[in-house]
Amino acid sequence: MTSPSDFPTPPVPERLLDVKGVTVFRGDRLVLDGVSLTLDAGDAMILTGPNGAGKSTLLRTISGLRRPDSGEVIRYGDLAWLGHQDALKPGLTLAQNLALAEKLGTNSLPDALEALDLTHLTDLPARLLSSGQKRRAAFARVMLSGAPLWLLDEPTVGLDVASIERLGAVMAAHRANGGAMIVTTHVPLPLDNTRSHELPSLAHVESFWLS
Amino acid sequence: MTAFLALIDRDLRLAFRFGADTLASLLFFILCGSLFPLALGPSPDLLRHMGPGIIWVCALLACLLPLDRLFGAELEDGSLDLLMLTGPAPAAVAFAKMAAHWLTTGLPLLIASIPLGIMLGVKGSELPLLLLGLAMGTMSLSLLGGMAASIVLGARRGGVLLPLLVLPLATPVLIFGAASSYAGQLATSPAASLDLLGACLFACLPLCPLAAGQGLKAAVG
Repeated sequence: MTSPSDFPTPPVPERLLDVKGVTVFRGDRLVLDGVSLTLDAGDAMILTGPNGAGKSTLLRTISGLRRPDSGEVIRYGDLAWLGHQDALKPGLTLAQNLALAEKLGTNSLPDALEALDLTHLTDLPARLLSSGQKRRAAFARVMLSGAPLWLLDEPTVGLDVASIERLGAVMAAHRANGGAMIVTTHVPLPLDNTRSHELPSLAHVESFWLS
Repeated sequence: MTAFLALIDRDLRLAFRFGADTLASLLFFILCGSLFPLALGPSPDLLRHMGPGIIWVCALLACLLPLDRLFGAELEDGSLDLLMLTGPAPAAVAFAKMAAHWLTTGLPLLIASIPLGIMLGVKGSELPLLLLGLAMGTMSLSLLGGMAASIVLGARRGGVLLPLLVLPLATPVLIFGAASSYAGQLATSPAASLDLLGACLFACLPLCPLAAGQGLKAAVG
């Protein structure tokens, strides 16, 4: 006879994000056409699609930087943002650049730098860092926030293989802790059980005239 | 509140690191003021009469110089996205930037106006009044300028649009400020002008950061 504990019910996933029928115009061009997706704790969603399909626009809309022209975005937790720019001031040291994120976030700076192998660069001005090191520094900011939902726009740009592995480990740990992420990327990430969402190219919709 | 102070702290660090912006507006202020004696002639009487007016106009123009980069640099390197998403409220972000603008532009101008004033023949007894007026005036200009800078943010030819937006809004500050600075020379009471100058400042204090916050939100959208 088996006890009920041998068949544990899978935990009810905690919803982190609902995107319902989001449509976005840029000027008179349709960029996103009724995109719907959901994200639960532990999910990693890869956004794919050709250049200009609106991957970055979708991330900006989910983050709340941009308001959708129709549809709605419901977030159930804080978010951390990695844009395609690193937002590092060249004259400030790495620690000074991340000081604001450290104050606003909940995680410790030394741990984040250690996890991304940046500890030895802490007091170096950002202008002396390579593009891969800058990218990792920007990623450290995401780790500092302690927010469950990560929105990552091309996190691996300029990273070598070892750094991508390191990033993958950090992402896996975040998922294991009940976090979730949406990632746009053109290189395969070392992540298991990812979901993917393909955005169609709407380039053929040449223009859209409001009647 | 800690985020607000951290933001000002970061901007001050940046200003010390890249002193060029602060130095440029300071040098512009001093050079511009020094050109008037060359054009108007060396008559001490004339210069003393013109002095406070010259200082006010030069300070107004010098305040405009770094406005273009106030939010422009943040928008270009993606920092503004982060500030809007994870930082304090947009109006607080705008207010912190305006405060940093005053500390790095208005305050140095205030100090530089002492030698410039003495050079133009402003009497020592009239200087405190000039400085008091300028302190309130430059604060108002930082607020108005920051608001205009956030509104033109992301617009093409924003640099051209900026003075066109700020200068009309700054005219009351200029009128009441200069009037208060002339009170010593004309032996009148500066109270009325200072009151109105203070009223301008206190009208700008809540309104400009709110408007600028909306401008910043629109710029990243």
